[in-house]
Amino acid sequence: MNASGKNGTRVGVYVCHCGSNIAGIVDVKSLAEFGATLPGVVVSREYKYMCSDPGQELIQQDVRDHQLNRIVVASCSPLLHEQTFRTATAKAGLNPFYCHMVNIREHDSWVHEERQAATEKAKDLVRAAVRRVAFHKPLEKRQVPIHPDVLVVGGGIAGIHAALTLANARKHVYLVEREPTIGGHMAKFDKTFPTLDCAACILTPKMTAVKRHPNITLWTYSEVTQVDGYVGNFKVTVKRKPRYVSEDVCIGCMECIEACVYKQAKYPDEFNLGLGKRKPIYIPFPQAVPPVPVIDPETCIEFKSGKCKKTCVEACGERKGINFKQVESIETIEVGNIVLATGFQVFDARRLPYYGYGKHPNVYTSLEVERLINASGPTAGEVILRDGRKPKTVGILHCVGSRDENTNRWCSRVCCMYSLKLAHLIKEHTGAEVFNFYIDIRTPGKGFEEFYQRLLKEGVHFIRGKGAEVNTWPLDPSEEGKLIIRVEDTLIGRIRRIPVDMVVLAVGLEPHVDAQDVRRLFNISCSQDGWFLERHPKLAPVNTFTDGIFLAGCCQGPKDIPDTVAQAGAAASEALALIDAKFVELEPNTAYVLEEVCSGCKTCVALCPYSAISFLEDKKKALINEALCKGCGTCVAACPSGSIRQNLFEDEEIFEEIKGVLAYA
Amino acid sequence: MPEKKPESSSGSPNGFEPKIVAFFCNWCTYLAADLAGTSRMKYAPNVRVIRVMCSGRIDPQFVLDAFAKGADGVLIGGCHPGDCHYQEGNYKALRRYRLLKRVLREMGIEEERFHLEWISASEADRLKSTVNNMVEKVRTLGPLRLETKSELFPEEVTVS
Repeated sequence: MNASGKNGTRVGVYVCHCGSNIAGIVDVKSLAEFGATLPGVVVSREYKYMCSDPGQELIQQDVRDHQLNRIVVASCSPLLHEQTFRTATAKAGLNPFYCHMVNIREHDSWVHEERQAATEKAKDLVRAAVRRVAFHKPLEKRQVPIHPDVLVVGGGIAGIHAALTLANARKHVYLVEREPTIGGHMAKFDKTFPTLDCAACILTPKMTAVKRHPNITLWTYSEVTQVDGYVGNFKVTVKRKPRYVSEDVCIGCMECIEACVYKQAKYPDEFNLGLGKRKPIYIPFPQAVPPVPVIDPETCIEFKSGKCKKTCVEACGERKGINFKQVESIETIEVGNIVLATGFQVFDARRLPYYGYGKHPNVYTSLEVERLINASGPTAGEVILRDGRKPKTVGILHCVGSRDENTNRWCSRVCCMYSLKLAHLIKEHTGAEVFNFYIDIRTPGKGFEEFYQRLLKEGVHFIRGKGAEVNTWPLDPSEEGKLIIRVEDTLIGRIRRIPVDMVVLAVGLEPHVDAQDVRRLFNISCSQDGWFLERHPKLAPVNTFTDGIFLAGCCQGPKDIPDTVAQAGAAASEALALIDAKFVELEPNTAYVLEEVCSGCKTCVALCPYSAISFLEDKKKALINEALCKGCGTCVAACPSGSIRQNLFEDEEIFEEIKGVLAYA
Repeated sequence: MPEKKPESSSGSPNGFEPKIVAFFCNWCTYLAADLAGTSRMKYAPNVRVIRVMCSGRIDPQFVLDAFAKGADGVLIGGCHPGDCHYQEGNYKALRRYRLLKRVLREMGIEEERFHLEWISASEADRLKSTVNNMVEKVRTLGPLRLETKSELFPEEVTVS
């Protein structure tokens, strides 16, 4: 077989200007002229926007007028527009896989400054594509059915909203949450900005709706441990940790907690960030879903010594809900799509010792203050210091672990607004004088700026300057027993000392400590900062590079509740779009065996990570199961006899590309 | 249009501009190169990228062929260990790379001309520095001139 038009290939080359994105650096005119000189090229054109309708129509018209049978489009990354040009090729009556794209934008005009060098590079790449495309074969996309069930990972507001949206569309949803209850961070908040509606009032109805919904299987205290398969056909393993109280029989009467031999709660309560106490058998918070207690084997006497009176078992009586012998169980489910809504963790303020968190008892994080303000919190809604006093002055330090080269570079987006909210609530609850220490006040949201203006009118103080330190060294008797915030007030250009009773650190949001493990588990990417990476920051904000896996909420980056809910809805509808399409088309880049050449050495069999290669004992030949092959091509490269080939990435195609880029025209 | 000289491709005194063929995997390194583009990073224009689905697809013959056809250097880019989209294709690539590096050494092809780097989809910076470093190194080495090298082969194997 020979390229260069001898076997009847008639190539059309299309050079896109992309406005000035490409044409500004690459000499598109000379590139198109160069294209015309290449063997086999019948038409070579440049056009302002190839991806536009007229651009695509150009291709179709040329196919009709010049009987083209191969198309080369030199424009942006194939990951952006390969589908567009394949469709245009198909509309022209050709097999869509007779089209090949050359990336002269992301890989050329955007990264080089010298016009000549960039144009030379573009020419090499176009030459390679023209050589390659001659070897393209007509291919068919593979169709695989989509399993209608969906897995949602994470039961915060993002996961809850996504699960409910899907379930309301009559799809079955598995909602997996690793904590004993759903609700996430939002369940800990008191009020939400800027409307000041109570978080529990808007969240808990949704939580109970999840529990009640016939289409939702809720697994709390559970973790995904393995994910196999691909879009439409994922096989997921979920580990369900024992809570030692049977969810099937428990009715949530809480009498077991009442009856526990510990009359007083004794152990730090995780839900209240250690500000309150709980018993070894507990429920995270009164509205927890499911309303089923958990036994902590670390603190329960029965687990520690086996000599407990087991008053809890007695209290449960006939129902026999408490089961000390419960063990971890493993569930395996099949789903077609996965929504990841694993959320965030708050910045650990201990990493900034100059703010004295963990050293000075009256330095709190913002999340702790949320719990203090919350009526169902450890102080029943009273903002009091650890010694029981009511604070008369409070300082809120913004940007703790955000916008800082030494910790996290990003803006956590919600801290300004929640700090304003806390300032308002603290003032409301205690009448204290409240100081905000800020770098910039960022209020870009509906009603946000108005809320800021309201706070200014309420008499909350705003001092522009990043807090330098919090210490307890008084310089005069009025500072005795106070926390002293040192700050440069950048509006008056002076260092100031503000003595306060209580310091609130507005901690930022950061990716979960195990985000990288989760990312690997689901085979997706993270951005440099560790947030899950979306497929395209603007055009595919909830998609990932792995088809069938979608992102919702803060696991993708810091965002507030409205944005989280919007994203969760988007993720759910992306999944619904796939489910309703009933099947998905996969790239036909699978490997196949040329039986007559196969020597039966079995080298490939062990290499395949998907066990797609079997060995036919009777014929002594390898056989690739197309349905299992994911198209990595590892076996192709390894086959010593060259009998394994790969659609779209045939050896000849790549050898031609090598020749092409190295100017062997 | 005025032509600016970027620091990355300052050019050597003898005007030699190395030609480097790169094989990037579709999921990590090709994406990193796309990201470098969308971030408008500037790097040396000497690399020609050939996309493969996985670094595990890179047949040693591709590398040998590139050198034989006139490449001054070959760069392989894949996902970090443990991050392969296809689970373990990059490990296979690494094995072949190690072996091939020894073969190339025997052929008189300098070590710096063949390089493998793990570059994830978010590491546009790393892509830029990898390309620039490689171009610099190969530029210092000069053209490969495989034909001159191969003329020397008979002398080398003659037992004196």
